[in-house]
Amino acid sequence: MAEHHKNEVDAVTGVSTTGHEWDGIRELNNPLPRWWLWTFYATIVWAFLYWIAYPAWPLVSGYTSGVLGWKSREAVQVQLADLRVQRGAFAEKLEAASLEQIEASPELLAFARAQGRAAFGDNCAPCHGSGAAGSKGYPNLNDDDWMWGGSLEQIQQTILHGIRSTDADAHVGDMPAFGRDGLLQRPEIVAVADYVRSLSDLPVPKGVTPDLAKGKEVFAANCAACHGADGKGNIELGAPNLTDGIWLYGSDRDSIIATLTNGRAGIMPAWAGRLDPTTIKALTVYVHALGGGQ
Amino acid sequence: MTQLQSSAGRGSGATEPGVDQSGKKMTFGEGGLAFVFAVLALSCITVAAKTHDAAYAFHAYLSAFASLAAVFVILNRYVDRPAALPALEIDGKPNYNFGPVKFATIAAMFWGIAGFLVGVIIAFQLAFPWLNLDLPWTAFGRLRPLHTSAVIFAFGGNVLIGTSFYVVQRTSRARLAGYLAPWFVVLGYNFFIVIAGTGYLLGITQGKEYAEPEWYADLWLTVVWVTYLLVFLATLWRRREPHIYVANWFYLAFIVTIAMLHLGNNATIPVSVFSPKSYIVWAGVQDAMVQWWYGHNAVGFFLTAGFLAIMYYFIPKRADRPVYSYRLSIIHFWALIFIYIWAGPHHLHYTALPDWAQTLGMTFSIILWMPSWGGMINGLMTLSGAWDKLRTDPVLRMMVVSVAFYGMSTFEGPMMSVKAVNSLSHYTDWTIGHVHSGALGWVAYISFGAIYCLVPWLWQKRELYSLRLVNWHFWISTIGIVFYISAMWVAGILQGLMWRAYTSLGFLEYSFIETVEAMHPFYIIRAVGGVLFLIGGLIMAFNLIMTIRQPDLAEAGTGVPNPSLVPAE
Repeated sequence: MAEHHKNEVDAVTGVSTTGHEWDGIRELNNPLPRWWLWTFYATIVWAFLYWIAYPAWPLVSGYTSGVLGWKSREAVQVQLADLRVQRGAFAEKLEAASLEQIEASPELLAFARAQGRAAFGDNCAPCHGSGAAGSKGYPNLNDDDWMWGGSLEQIQQTILHGIRSTDADAHVGDMPAFGRDGLLQRPEIVAVADYVRSLSDLPVPKGVTPDLAKGKEVFAANCAACHGADGKGNIELGAPNLTDGIWLYGSDRDSIIATLTNGRAGIMPAWAGRLDPTTIKALTVYVHALGGGQ
Repeated sequence: MTQLQSSAGRGSGATEPGVDQSGKKMTFGEGGLAFVFAVLALSCITVAAKTHDAAYAFHAYLSAFASLAAVFVILNRYVDRPAALPALEIDGKPNYNFGPVKFATIAAMFWGIAGFLVGVIIAFQLAFPWLNLDLPWTAFGRLRPLHTSAVIFAFGGNVLIGTSFYVVQRTSRARLAGYLAPWFVVLGYNFFIVIAGTGYLLGITQGKEYAEPEWYADLWLTVVWVTYLLVFLATLWRRREPHIYVANWFYLAFIVTIAMLHLGNNATIPVSVFSPKSYIVWAGVQDAMVQWWYGHNAVGFFLTAGFLAIMYYFIPKRADRPVYSYRLSIIHFWALIFIYIWAGPHHLHYTALPDWAQTLGMTFSIILWMPSWGGMINGLMTLSGAWDKLRTDPVLRMMVVSVAFYGMSTFEGPMMSVKAVNSLSHYTDWTIGHVHSGALGWVAYISFGAIYCLVPWLWQKRELYSLRLVNWHFWISTIGIVFYISAMWVAGILQGLMWRAYTSLGFLEYSFIETVEAMHPFYIIRAVGGVLFLIGGLIMAFNLIMTIRQPDLAEAGTGVPNPSLVPAE
């Protein structure tokens, strides 16, 4: 207790204690360390200088804007302007150029591909993969199999408006749910699945005896309208070519039966409005150059 | 609850509990609390029957069951107890109440291990995403709040409640206020943890970081927390010391501020009593600001002020040295309290938050540097004259290293709040590294030290079962921390540099997914660090169990007086 320990001196350090004691704990009467105090003051002085220089204190309707006149929104504009300078004359050329003009100028094309590569990585790669190789349900963009066409204009159209997106000009194609909606009976679906597999010479699984004649009949009556009598597809309708060995949803018997039963309706968003027209042009030539551009 | 406290502990005479039952009367607190729990049980059953949400119904049934159990325990305790409530003092010495402290200590150890384990699991999930198992209950998004809440609120919270109930009694030379109230705080708090944790797994969340529990859990916590505050204040009120010890200032600041933050950030309107869903009253950037006012001060007052209180009691006690500077403790306490509360906006640099608010958040974070270090100086310098004890006492070493980590984190924090640094570090794993140097190095280590001190004191043992095991714990988990934070520093800086890298033509060099791929090796190193930390925790749990199973001091016939009953000198 206070009155018992007044002026008591700690034997180890020679510093007096405050005289307080709690559960055996006492306190030395050391002063504030000088370096600590001065650093504390320095941070406060620094803060005052910062407040004078930059936006800092709220007022009734507004805030102290600081003598430097700095605003974060303006700072972003400056940085974007700097970026345009870094991108140089090509950025403006790209803005004005048509897709054909870009293709015709190797330097502009290289620039557009560089921009397209960056845009692809942050916008398209989540579905189509970093290398654009796609995955189940997401088309591979490196091959020359195009559901909606592989010319520059067609690719640009797809990127701008998307597929089954909310955009009014989106590509709309419909693979019906033949099984779920009762358009075909189960044996017919199985038969046509085996027939479709036979178009690209896929091996027949063990224990399966395909009824190809029946499958061909069902195909002609139900599938040929979109996929063509030869099964080579139709770009106008987004109907895939069924003979080229490239499968968006898998080639095994069960997957094809599932496709026939429930239909397919993958969605690609429309990028018009989300990305600026120049970036979409750059993406178009980038995707076109991935391997399968037509 | 106030009646509870005033009626508790006022009995006199009966120094031998468990015998004299004549003239026993139920206190208002016992009767009232049993009645309230009975009503609560009935209400919960009604809610469970009427709700359409299965997870919410589960919580309602759980609450009904817990309420009935509480009624039973309260009545049973009444039947068994002597007529007189426990005396405040026995033979002029305080009759300390350590039951709730023991419970909180064991709960802290249990939740700590659970929290570290979930942390290790989610660390491996980040390195190997298939470990999400494609199940909603095991997905990272649900396990991550389980980890953060388990380590911060379950482990840290129990350490804080347990040590505060211990320290306030010892440094006030007074029995804990209330008869049922301290148990209500400890058990009620742990019930909140159960509701929160199971809620996350079942998908109940309000989506606010570190404040995920929904409205009904928040309401329950409010009742528990206000009781906690009253118990703490009432104990201070009846203290037999002229002054309030510095540790108790920090505990009080922690309790009061957490109450304020909790109410501000959980101002929600439930959709219905029969739905777990609620909507926050704040909107847009105001909501973001309130969230980080809460989030940052949860760090400041839960993880800093509360654990500084632990430091201020356990380090001088263990080192057997006086606190270095009374003046420093006053100045840095008030500076910390006044400045911390401003620093939240530094979590929202370069966002829609107005520039002036960002400036204030950053400058106050810088000013906060020295007030934070005041605690470090007082902790470290208390060792002057006792540095040799670090060689022989691994428990003290753990606490001193924790203060060093505290100093490092409270330098790193202000540095990261500078906008230029933040533009690189924000959203990267550097932040995760920073948090864990504070959480593992500071919060967990000072807690481990305190628990290593407390268990022999509470269970009346001469010493810990094995100091060698403490040494192993120290080194294994220290290596774990070093793995963790150095991996996250490298990962975070690499990430930040990759995000801002431009090609010579002026386009982004890397896509986001490429920066994720680049993190893989560091995520593995981090997870290994976490495993080491978990192993340390398991060693500690074993050591504590063996300590408790040792013979008591009295049975061992050492003649050393029972330390937990020794009054303050």
